[in-house]
Amino acid sequence: MTMHFLLLFSRQGKLRLQKWFTPVPEREKKKIVRDMTTMVLGRKPRSCNFLHWKDLKIVYKKYASLYFCCGLDAEENELLALEVLHRYVELLDKYFGNVCELDIIFNFEKAYFILDEFLLGGEVQETSKQVLSRSIEASDMLQEVSVIPRSR
Amino acid sequence: MALKIVKGSIDRMFDKNLQDLVRGIRNHKEDEAKYISTCIDEIKQELKQDNIAVKSNAVCKLTYLQMLGYDVSWAAFNIVEVMSSSKFTYKRIGYLAASQCFHESTDVIMLTTNQIRKDLSSPNQYDTGVALTGLSCFVTPDLARDLANDIMTLMSHTKPYIRKKAVLIMYKVFLKYPESLRPAFPRMKEKLEDPDPGVQSAAVNVICELARRNPKNYLSLAPLFFKLMTSSTNNWVLIKIIKLFGALTPLEPRLGKKLIEPLTNLIHSRILLCLSSVAVLISLSSGMPNHSASIQGLCIVPRPLSVLSLFIVKYLGLLAMSKILKTHPKSVQSHKDLILQCLDDKDESIRLRALDLLYGMVSKKNLMEIVKKLMLHVDKAEGTTYRDELLTKIIDICSQSNYQYITNFEWYISILVELTRLEGTRHGHLIASQMLDVAIRVKAIRAFAVAQMATLLDNAHLLTGNTQHNGICEVLYAAAWICGEFSEHLEDPMATLEAMLRPKVATLPGHIQAVYVQNAAKLFSTVLRGQEGAPADSKVAQETSQLLIDRLPVFVQSANLEVQERASCILQLVKYIQKLQQKDVEVAEEVTALFAGELNPVAPKAQKKVPVPEGLDLDAWINEPPSGSESEDEGRKTKTKGKAVFAKEESRHTKPRYTEVDEKELAKRREVRKAEQANNPFYIKASPSSQKVYQEAVGVEHIPVVQIDLSVPLKVPGMPMSDQYVKQEEERREKNKADRKKKDKKKRREKGRQRRGDSGPESEEDITPAHMVDIVTEEMPENALPSDDDDKDPNDPHKVCDIQGNLHDGSQVVVSVIFENKCDSFIKSMEFNVMDSLNSKLQRPEGAGPHDSLTVPFQLPPGISNEARFIFSMQSIVMPQKLKGTLTFIVKVSWSCSPQRWLITTMCHLASTRRGRTKVGKMNLESGHVLLIWTRKSKRLRWYYRWREEREIQRWKYPWRI
Repeated sequence: MTMHFLLLFSRQGKLRLQKWFTPVPEREKKKIVRDMTTMVLGRKPRSCNFLHWKDLKIVYKKYASLYFCCGLDAEENELLALEVLHRYVELLDKYFGNVCELDIIFNFEKAYFILDEFLLGGEVQETSKQVLSRSIEASDMLQEVSVIPRSR
Repeated sequence: MALKIVKGSIDRMFDKNLQDLVRGIRNHKEDEAKYISTCIDEIKQELKQDNIAVKSNAVCKLTYLQMLGYDVSWAAFNIVEVMSSSKFTYKRIGYLAASQCFHESTDVIMLTTNQIRKDLSSPNQYDTGVALTGLSCFVTPDLARDLANDIMTLMSHTKPYIRKKAVLIMYKVFLKYPESLRPAFPRMKEKLEDPDPGVQSAAVNVICELARRNPKNYLSLAPLFFKLMTSSTNNWVLIKIIKLFGALTPLEPRLGKKLIEPLTNLIHSRILLCLSSVAVLISLSSGMPNHSASIQGLCIVPRPLSVLSLFIVKYLGLLAMSKILKTHPKSVQSHKDLILQCLDDKDESIRLRALDLLYGMVSKKNLMEIVKKLMLHVDKAEGTTYRDELLTKIIDICSQSNYQYITNFEWYISILVELTRLEGTRHGHLIASQMLDVAIRVKAIRAFAVAQMATLLDNAHLLTGNTQHNGICEVLYAAAWICGEFSEHLEDPMATLEAMLRPKVATLPGHIQAVYVQNAAKLFSTVLRGQEGAPADSKVAQETSQLLIDRLPVFVQSANLEVQERASCILQLVKYIQKLQQKDVEVAEEVTALFAGELNPVAPKAQKKVPVPEGLDLDAWINEPPSGSESEDEGRKTKTKGKAVFAKEESRHTKPRYTEVDEKELAKRREVRKAEQANNPFYIKASPSSQKVYQEAVGVEHIPVVQIDLSVPLKVPGMPMSDQYVKQEEERREKNKADRKKKDKKKRREKGRQRRGDSGPESEEDITPAHMVDIVTEEMPENALPSDDDDKDPNDPHKVCDIQGNLHDGSQVVVSVIFENKCDSFIKSMEFNVMDSLNSKLQRPEGAGPHDSLTVPFQLPPGISNEARFIFSMQSIVMPQKLKGTLTFIVKVSWSCSPQRWLITTMCHLASTRRGRTKVGKMNLESGHVLLIWTRKSKRLRWYYRWREEREIQRWKYPWRI
């Protein structure tokens, strides 16, 4: 798959989540984020979900008020990327129960953890939803257990 | 202790947690920056506390702020602290922060190696998982080298959860540390048949990525993948495998035939996946020489393209077509109208795809039609980016494969001229370079091009408009040059000269002005030559000189040095000529001699292809290399130089420099230069044969000047319309056809009624070009070296992943290290350790663990040196590698009551050839105390240890070692 980055941003262009699978210098990151938000937000409704930017393929999809946008190598399959985005949204939905933008804002670290279970280094790590949610739950349990002594 | 805990939790009650921070930021919309800066101050306070819970909370908040774009690199060390917490909750946050904030140049990454290694071998699978996830984001070559072994072990972990992560991360490791590929590959192959589907798909992913870079190394895996493809039920894996086959089929044609059946089965059985399969199949068919597969793809694609208006399908269909186009251009060309329709789509992505397709679809027959459509779109297009894209595409389409498809260059020039009318385009230089290229290389078109350029120059005010930074004014550069260089074709050189010297020109960018000035001189010479044929009119020639003398001072005052220099030079020349004219001396011939000779196009690669003559060492110093004190001198020099430049400028402003430019002197110099060039093997000379071709071509074709339709309003006067060429062309073709038909008829009549056949659609060969054009090929040096590797990218990071090269199993390298104590204290208990990398291992005594260090068998009193030998076993050396080692020792310092233990990390750089023979020694030091010299003669690695001052040595502080 070799995804280079995954960005989540709102209709106002506010970044909600960013994940870089390849090391990118900080300045470059900011530039890419700016370009992506302006490009994607400037698209008309009912146009296709793919864009070209420099030598990357940009695949984006809008879910409710949130845009999911990822950058791929030029020879990648863009439909697969759409599937990946959709699967991630499904996972978020399952975890938060009817996920909304606020869930991701306030539990952004959880959103990252879910993403880390799903993708690793830009490649799809696990495709089965059951296996994924099981491992997410298990590591959450581990966290809950270790939280209890602290709150005592 | 209990009190501390209580105190900590009370402190925590006043801390903000992440939710508070987010809420706070949302509540302070107006003064967000101020609010965040106070938050960062609070976080800094929190990070100073001992309580790990507080720290991790702070780090969590920092991660959020980092996402908002604030710099948090200052907290890198705190992140490492949180990472090293033993509790999963904190460790998780630490690794998350690290994966978000760390990059290759973060220096604390060095400190994490041991921590990550510890986490990788943790009994808790989630600790390991979190470490692997984090590592995937910030793995550096050093980390990859040090941890490759550990990750490889994890590939056969009992838990599939760890296995799949380890397999995936190995890809990142391969990229950073290619040497690991060879030893890890057999295990990677094993994972293709792992019982767990997740691990299996991960292995397929990795091998698919690897195979895309170097398909031939993975051809042997094809049967295995074939089995997987027919047995697997996982769609994700299937797509990957099909893609892999796409890379393999071009190498093994038999594979393509074998694949067709299972692939069609797949498409039919998985309706849901159909779309993506189609896309994949198409991408596959492009690599397949096999005809039937691509035809099959074609049947599927155009149908949705025309029937469904779904935008994604449209996009994919276009994409697929562009793939098919490469192998079966004919089958796509029939969909030309459909593709042209897509240009009207409101979606930019679809339009761009369609444009890409058009590029491959043009032929001599339809070029004009397609470009005409595109020109219409240029006029309609909103948004400069799309319009610029259209513009570049038009030029690309026309100029592809050396103007192969252009039958009428007059048409092309007028298209270029029309394109200059675009407002605010950035591609002025592109149009300009095309104009220059065509005018120089297509001999027959010059007269027409010059006429067009002259009108362009005359209407320059329309192009430049109001804005200074208008890209289109670049066109004037080409226009001025063409008019000057080929001025013999000009109708009225006087008028053009006048146009080029208008005061408004001074507002153009510097490099364009420079060309204007230079070419004004060329025009001047043409005017002189034209006038002196009729001596009665010598007044006109003198007027021209006067015009130049009047107008050039504007340029002499230009801020641009180039313009200034050329202008003042030419001004003086003209003044001198004027003097001669007043004496009624014939000067025309000498002035034209200034610009004599033909300029030939030179291939862009020509310079590279000039072979280096034998016995010439380009790297050798011509003079002695500069000594160390040079830099100081240089500084002084530049200072004085700077002054001189300034002084010179001042004088230039006060009175114009008067230089004696002697015509004869110039001619003499030119002769000398020509002689020099003739003797110089590096000067690319015009080959006499091509020169001859030009001369023959001159005047062969008389090109009529185009009729200008002035009655059409809102048109720049004098600008030709390309449409008329289309019409002309059609008429011409009709005529040709008619002629041919007549001929055919005649023939038939002659032959009687033997055969009846339709003349059918005209084929490519039937279209004769409107003008006999001779496209001059770019020159190459005569003895150019044929080389195909010009286009290879030497920086391709994946090239190194090629596992070719031979192995020397079990070869040993003995490294002799000389330790020299240069301090005044006694050094003892030295322990030496080099971390094992995948193919180099320090040999340790039996029973010692893989991380144990070796004791150096001696002590060092002050001033004494001694040698110790260490044996490394090497598996392969395919590229230079660094070995990272540590030396720990105890220094007995007189004033210190207890001996202190110091740790030094040094790097030793082993560079070697493929054959495993160590070649070059390099010094590479982490700190300035240990010096490593690898001498080639003695084949020994010397390790000098110099001990200067105790405070210079950094003591590595490992926070997790208590």
